[in-house]
Amino acid sequence: MSTVTPESFNEATIGRFDREVAKYPDEQRISAVMACLSIIQQEQGFVSPAAEAALAAYLRVEPIAVHEVTTFYNMYNQRPVGKFKLNVCTNLPCQLRDGQKALHHLEHKLGIAMGETTADGMFTLQQSECLGACADSPVMLVNDRHMCSFMSNEKLDQLVDGLRASEGKS
Amino acid sequence: MSAEQILNQFRATGVQTCFHGRHINPQIYADLNGSNWSLKDYEARGGYQALRKILAQDGGEGLTQDQVIATVKESALRGRGGAGFPSGLKWSFMPRQFPGQKYLVCNSDEGEPGTCKDRDILMYNPHIVIEGMAIAAYAMGISVGYNYIHGEIFEVYERFEAALEEARAAGYLGDNIMGSSYSFQLHAHHGFGAYICGEETALLESLEGKKGQPRFKPPFPASFGLYGKPTTINNTETFAAVPWIIRNGGQAYLECGKPNNGGTKIFSISGDVELPGNYEIPLGTPFSKLLELAGGVRKGRQLKAVIPGGSSAPVLPAHIMMECTMDYDSIAKAGSMLGSGAVIVMDDSRDMVESLKRLSYFYMHESCGQCTPCREGTGWLWRMVDRIDRGLGKPSDMALLDNVAENIMGRTICALGDAAAMPVRAMIKHFRHEFEAKIAAAQTPAKAA
Ligand SMILES: NC(=O)C1=CN([C@@H]2O[C@H](COP(=O)(O)OP(=O)(O)OC[C@H]3O[C@@H](n4cnc5c(N)ncnc54)[C@H](O)[C@@H]3O)[C@@H](O)[C@H]2O)C=CC1
Ligand SMILES: Cc1cc2nc3c(=O)[nH]c(=O)nc-3n(C[C@H](O)[C@H](O)[C@H](O)COP(=O)(O)O)c2cc1C
Ligand code: SF4
Ligand code: FES
Repeated sequence: MSTVTPESFNEATIGRFDREVAKYPDEQRISAVMACLSIIQQEQGFVSPAAEAALAAYLRVEPIAVHEVTTFYNMYNQRPVGKFKLNVCTNLPCQLRDGQKALHHLEHKLGIAMGETTADGMFTLQQSECLGACADSPVMLVNDRHMCSFMSNEKLDQLVDGLRASEGKS
Repeated sequence: MSAEQILNQFRATGVQTCFHGRHINPQIYADLNGSNWSLKDYEARGGYQALRKILAQDGGEGLTQDQVIATVKESALRGRGGAGFPSGLKWSFMPRQFPGQKYLVCNSDEGEPGTCKDRDILMYNPHIVIEGMAIAAYAMGISVGYNYIHGEIFEVYERFEAALEEARAAGYLGDNIMGSSYSFQLHAHHGFGAYICGEETALLESLEGKKGQPRFKPPFPASFGLYGKPTTINNTETFAAVPWIIRNGGQAYLECGKPNNGGTKIFSISGDVELPGNYEIPLGTPFSKLLELAGGVRKGRQLKAVIPGGSSAPVLPAHIMMECTMDYDSIAKAGSMLGSGAVIVMDDSRDMVESLKRLSYFYMHESCGQCTPCREGTGWLWRMVDRIDRGLGKPSDMALLDNVAENIMGRTICALGDAAAMPVRAMIKHFRHEFEAKIAAAQTPAKAA
């Protein structure tokens, strides 16, 4: 970890940060921390300590201020995850409509337990709390940004097989 | 196909949850089809007429700030975020002559298990929220606002940002709105997976770029809010109700519901019904009617219990629920709360110990850890329910469960502590025999052998 400066990010990324920072008063740049961290996660797959430090420099705050945010919010990956992070909701409303079953089906299909990543680094499987899509149960969030609704076992198979094929690993 | 294309195949279409045509006198969800969310479609439905009306852009005289607030008071609109606080009264708390910056915040952090109504508003009718916020900002003399959107619904956040761009380009947001002297800047902000950020003061901390840990109230946000400035926070659906009220009058809105419970309300129905989804109906509609709209209990089974207002609300057994009408006062009288309007339906095959175990896990997981009764108590509750469910419970656990729950209530900074405790107490009040049966089974020697 040598260069801890905002320049650790490329121009396009800084441009995305700037757009977020512009939403808040000048002296409140830190308000953009959540959005910037999610941009980092989208681009790098996870939030590394080096990225936290560089973002802190960009936001002009101490690295600990950024680290506190990374650790508080559930969706930030603090270490690398699979290419596709699958979050299946198992909260009560979903549990009543096969949310748990969907999670078990994926455990079986991927050959891993929840919380684990497949050996080829393709999939990480996690159980999650309410995604705010309860009437669509079973629901699954893929890579933080894609909600998949009404995920019957057949659709889960289609999705996993499709993603594998798209990566040339079917 | 690219990964993106594959994932898009599984996106919700809204047909099951929103465009099913089984609403009753809808105002917010009226005439939506999934492809008519944009500005020109919203205008064709009468959108932005309320904003034009107050700014005298429709040839009328315009409305003063006091008149807007009086109209909202008259409508008996109550906060749709869960607590049901009268919205007009909340707006009147804002110091209108305050010289510094004030803020308006929309709470779209919908994370209460069972609730997905705000998602469909923002996805399929985003401009109704923008117009409602612009009217509120005008009434309270606020020039900057944020909409805090649940991090898990990123596609909705992107949709809302697109709608903001449209509204700015059309002059409904920004400096000197429609040539008036009134300006309002509105931005979207997203969460990233913390239920507690739905609590209004945790939300403010989060907007400030910190951990989402609730503040003590009072002071309420109206006096000490975002960046320490006077702030008004309302739920997405609360703002979405405002344009209709301004167009049609407070009295007309009140008459849509019942006294003290004005207007329509969106209920998210999940669990054991044939047709889960969002249903917009007048407040005061019988629960039995709502259940019928949702296709009745699944697979012809019998209704066992209902959690009427999101997972934080006390459960009610079928016979009590079937007597209720869906409004704040009726559900409160029955011993629960209307909350966020998430109706979780359970049929006669459901095991209440197992159900409570899942809820207790959730509150333990989401406690922000600031208050000892909540941080320690939620874990303790879960461990007890878990051991009862696994056949390891002791007879003394029943009293202990109630005691721990009772000792959390009223002793914490925010209402999450109560939200964790209330479901436990209601479950053991109404379904005590199920807990006792599991404990008794655990005591029999046959089991031990
Ligand atoms: N929609 C959702 O996803 C969720 C909703 N909830 C709901 O949240 C509710 C609890 O919310 P709280 O904000 O803790 O309720 P609260 O009763 O403290 O406040 C309700 C609103 O009225 C305002 N208010 C109340 N008294 C005031 C006063 N004297 N002066 C100025 N303003 C005042 C508050 O600032 C707040 O905006 C629960 O009833 C639950 O149903 C809980 C979890 C999730
Ligand atoms: C733990 C907790 C979570 C909450 N989550 C939400 C939420 O997701 N959305 C919401 O509008 N209100 C939520 N609330 C209620 C808010 O604190 C606040 O009362 C509400 O946003 C005020 O808006 P209203 O008056 O329009 O209902 C939550 C409260 C608590 C205690
Ligand atoms: S009650 Fe729980 S969630 Fe609320 S502030 Fe205290 S510890 Fe945090
Ligand atoms: S409970 Fe699963 S999405 Fe809400």
